[in-house]
Amino acid sequence: MPSARTLYDKIIDLHRVMPLNDIQGPGEQLLLYVDRTVLNEYTSPQAFSGLREAGRTVWRPEAALGVVDHVNSTAPDRTTTAPDEDAQRQIDYFARNGRDFGIRIYDVLHPRQGIEHVVLPELGWVMPGLVIAAGDSHTTTYGAFGSVGFGIGTSDIEHLLATQTLPYTRLESMRVTIDGPLAPGVTAKDMIMAVIRSIGAAGAHGHALELAGGAVRSLDVEGRMTICNMAVECGARVALIEPDAAIADYLAGRPEAPSEALLDRAWQSWSALRSDDGARFAREVHLDARDIAPMVTWGTSPDQALPIDGTIPDPASLPATERRDAERALAYMGLTPGTALETVRIDRAFIGSCTNARLSDLRAAAQILDGRTIAPGVRAMISPGSSTVRREAEAEGLDAVFRASGFEWRQSGCSMCLAMNDDVLAPGERCASSTNRNFEGRQGTGGRTHLMSPAMVAAAAVAGHLVDVRRMSERSPA
Amino acid sequence: MTRTGFTRLTAAAAVMPAANVDTDVIMPKQFLKGIDRAGLANGVFHDLRFDAEGRPDPAFLLHRPGLEDCRILVVGPNFGCGSSREHAVWGLLQYGIRAIVGTGFAGIFSDNAANNGLLLVSLDAEAHGRLASRLAVRHTPMTIDLEAQRIIVDAFTLPFEIDPRRRRAIMLGLDRIGETLAHAEAIRAFEADYRAASPWLVRPAGA
Repeated sequence: MPSARTLYDKIIDLHRVMPLNDIQGPGEQLLLYVDRTVLNEYTSPQAFSGLREAGRTVWRPEAALGVVDHVNSTAPDRTTTAPDEDAQRQIDYFARNGRDFGIRIYDVLHPRQGIEHVVLPELGWVMPGLVIAAGDSHTTTYGAFGSVGFGIGTSDIEHLLATQTLPYTRLESMRVTIDGPLAPGVTAKDMIMAVIRSIGAAGAHGHALELAGGAVRSLDVEGRMTICNMAVECGARVALIEPDAAIADYLAGRPEAPSEALLDRAWQSWSALRSDDGARFAREVHLDARDIAPMVTWGTSPDQALPIDGTIPDPASLPATERRDAERALAYMGLTPGTALETVRIDRAFIGSCTNARLSDLRAAAQILDGRTIAPGVRAMISPGSSTVRREAEAEGLDAVFRASGFEWRQSGCSMCLAMNDDVLAPGERCASSTNRNFEGRQGTGGRTHLMSPAMVAAAAVAGHLVDVRRMSERSPA
Repeated sequence: MTRTGFTRLTAAAAVMPAANVDTDVIMPKQFLKGIDRAGLANGVFHDLRFDAEGRPDPAFLLHRPGLEDCRILVVGPNFGCGSSREHAVWGLLQYGIRAIVGTGFAGIFSDNAANNGLLLVSLDAEAHGRLASRLAVRHTPMTIDLEAQRIIVDAFTLPFEIDPRRRRAIMLGLDRIGETLAHAEAIRAFEADYRAASPWLVRPAGA
């Protein structure tokens, strides 16, 4: 074991049950103990069927929590009726699996139901130094707490449920440092979008990506979650931010966080959870926060992004390796090179997802929407990250602001981030979206997605086209 | 799940050079509503293969003459990025794809492939480029010899590296959960020590 270790390596070392090969360092194969998992109704059914077929049990049922989030309706009035028969079958089978295997399930009507990666931190289940693997790629979110979180497929969900472990290959570490103060109107979403644009959709491929620097440390825990959540879009398998006092404040008083006495004891261990001076990173990238402006995507890959004051690129001006993909993306998006991003008109606006639908995101959107109304012809929806977020927002009166502006104030779920329920773009519809993926067809077959921060979505909904949110926050509304 | 393995595969190969082909494109959301693994062959690249009325697009790569029985894809960088949905791998296998050759695969997709016996071969960009340009000339069959770790097209051969555990699993079709459960005693012993040292992991009473 090298004397100077990264934060990632320290957490992996704490969870190594046994080695599975002779390699030391990256490439080491080991049996990894997993502390906790969260399950959803669409990636878990075949895992439970596998356990049933093999006659296996769940190793530690209390280490798992199930939340219905991907397929449920987000209609403004909560309904237990699923949007379609298949969704209902997934929800019913999920409930049955919870009963049969002793796993707690938050169904649609549960007061804490919500998007899995919003619910787990809210409960106080996510703490520094854990390994959390789950059947959803955005499990990287938990790096905001200094936990190793990573997405797994259904076969590995089954493996994890049956053994509490996963055969694991130790990753290389990589570090992105963002220093300097953030400019006004620039958010955590813009920071991670700038990182993805800078290093590419595979820029952190196969790496544990640590995010460091003053601009990252200055973010609240929800902003850190946004960053770690979307780090998977540049290929990071794990994202990590060193835990600090902000995490301690966040955990205090959470319904299922440890007692104060146990937390005090835990911090004696957690204070060592930082990359040592001299720890080896396979790659280091530095960004200056002052150079980051509000970002939007123009293409169909999250790295096809630009500052809002930019123009649609001409594929001919791009490196040969990117040209064909850019041409295809522009054809799909219905955009012409040279067009100013701020002139691109939208049909839909969506604020939601595990990336950007927490209370601070809703506050930022409400600040823009207060006293304003959305442009004629735009349909705008907000699906809060959890039912808890929904209640908290209502207690602050944010729902009244949203409704008055013309936004639909909906129930919680993954909703139009991936459009597995009935929240779907029609072919050709263009959407300003606070979500994480602008892939072809992601929000509906033929739908066109522009990713941006929640405040930028709110601003676009008001303007009817993509717009620099800083124009709206500079002065009070008319 | 126990599977049967293979050591040598000879089949038509289709070249799909785009970068960042994501799992939403490989298996669109309308095919994710099952509670079993069945019925996913039709979902593979569905929105590219079929028009709005469900008619196959004859211009789509896998519908072109000579590629009807395609068993191998030669793909661009970061194939399989995005969503963790294992349905993408199940669907590719059900469609008949047994191996994919690229320069680097997204992490979760790569693990999903290994868990289901879908062979992924990573080549360096230069070797990958030579293979792709050779295949682009005509749809000549390609052989992947897992035993010898070689790709063969006509008289052209390329060596490749693969993780020995993954190679063995593809060749023998192993039960990974069964392998891990053989270490149940070690897991139990680790867990007891680990939890004793981390008392904050005990959920508060009543939660």
